[in-house]
Amino acid sequence: MTGLLKTPLHAMHLAAGARMAPFAGYDMPLRYPDGSVAEHNHARSRAALFDVSHMGQLRLMGPDADAALETLAPGDIRGLGDGAMRYTLFTAEGGGILDDLIVSRVPGGLGVVVNAARKDHDTEHLRRHLGGRMDIVPEPDRALLALQGPAAAEVLADFADLPFMAWREGGACGVPARVSRSGYTGEDGFELSVAAADAEALAARLLAHAAVAWAGLGARDSLRLEAGLCLYGHDIGEDTTPLEAGLGWAVPKRRREERNFPGAARILDNPPTRRRVGMRPEGRAIAREGAALLDEAGVAVGHVTSGGFGPTLGGPVAMGYLPVAGAAPGSPLAFDVRGRPRPGRVVRLPFVPHNYFRG
Amino acid sequence: MAVRTYYTREHEWVRIEDGVAVCGITDYAQSQLGDVVYVELPEVGAEIARDGEAAVVESTKAASDVYAPVGGTVVGVNGRLEESPDLVNESAEDQGWFFRMEIDDEGELDELMDEEGYQAFVEELD
Repeated sequence: MTGLLKTPLHAMHLAAGARMAPFAGYDMPLRYPDGSVAEHNHARSRAALFDVSHMGQLRLMGPDADAALETLAPGDIRGLGDGAMRYTLFTAEGGGILDDLIVSRVPGGLGVVVNAARKDHDTEHLRRHLGGRMDIVPEPDRALLALQGPAAAEVLADFADLPFMAWREGGACGVPARVSRSGYTGEDGFELSVAAADAEALAARLLAHAAVAWAGLGARDSLRLEAGLCLYGHDIGEDTTPLEAGLGWAVPKRRREERNFPGAARILDNPPTRRRVGMRPEGRAIAREGAALLDEAGVAVGHVTSGGFGPTLGGPVAMGYLPVAGAAPGSPLAFDVRGRPRPGRVVRLPFVPHNYFRG
Repeated sequence: MAVRTYYTREHEWVRIEDGVAVCGITDYAQSQLGDVVYVELPEVGAEIARDGEAAVVESTKAASDVYAPVGGTVVGVNGRLEESPDLVNESAEDQGWFFRMEIDDEGELDELMDEEGYQAFVEELD
């Protein structure tokens, strides 16, 4: 494909027999010869290696970076201790979500990882609002790998003591890396930020472990869906507020009292009328993104924002927004799948319990 | 006379067994789709025109329509696909068949590709 960007691991994906697909402007591995279901199961049982170098890595440098970022995000950024990291959001004045991101305390400032498709938007957003308060330094010369699964801590034994949502610098298989205990699968695991020039060496050394195998974007999507994690532009966006999305935990008490982030009044003063929920259709038919959600009278009351086959559950799973009155676990509903109503129920998220290492 | 299999440009196959047309998707199609996780089959008794929508095959990635290679009436479906849609990956052109039809006009078969023709067609695509 022409015009698509390549990650530093592109040649390795081709050599591994990956089926490539365009994603957020990058030519990315969708799946490898074993297939998405096997890759998904490998992440749940052993350790799967994902190339997520398409995501945006930036440094926000300066003593004022944390206070400055709080003017754009409702998280507790100032309270981040050394080596700690946190999930937060960029909110809009209208109360919607402009992106979700991970922010880390780094020496002299902050590190952030943003969605690939929002990299340019977020960089511009930061420069426009905060350019005078910190140095905004994109890091396009860094790769990002995710090693996810219960065997990940055996593979990266030097980092096995790191608790969930903490990071430190060190040698990963002999490669200098920023290693964090985090991920997007619901499993224990790590994300490793390394210089682009070192990415192939690190990937090769990780893959040399018997427990480790490549996994593509297909498995990444089914894993995060089963874990009940939001995908920006699908489950959350400018038309959803953090509270509707069930992300109220990312807006802590101090920030609710200070009310000094974009959209604070709209977000905090309007109790949500709809809620993001997990749902399971009966049978095997898959309710995909866009499928209408029908109440008991057959009236469309929402739509699926993410839907697919959940390999760990062995059946279809979906997320979407429902009016609060019908959003409690156990509530019946139907999915409009190709014009035919398919019954299902609201279930508690996550579909598959998280398996994080809390230390 | 050896049993002949005919192929469409939409990657379905059809084979006449005991006077009935057995239809499915090709091995090439399943390899392109990836893991098959659900197959929506037609109702027995349904009358489907040639190239009409007959089934839906869902991979982890997407849902794809499956068209009738020839016109006719559905007289049976592969119930094993309900519990084991992965049969389509393992045995697309045999155990993973989709449905059986009584054909309206056997002459329609002559407009389809034979195995050799289909192989050449697929090689052009890769």
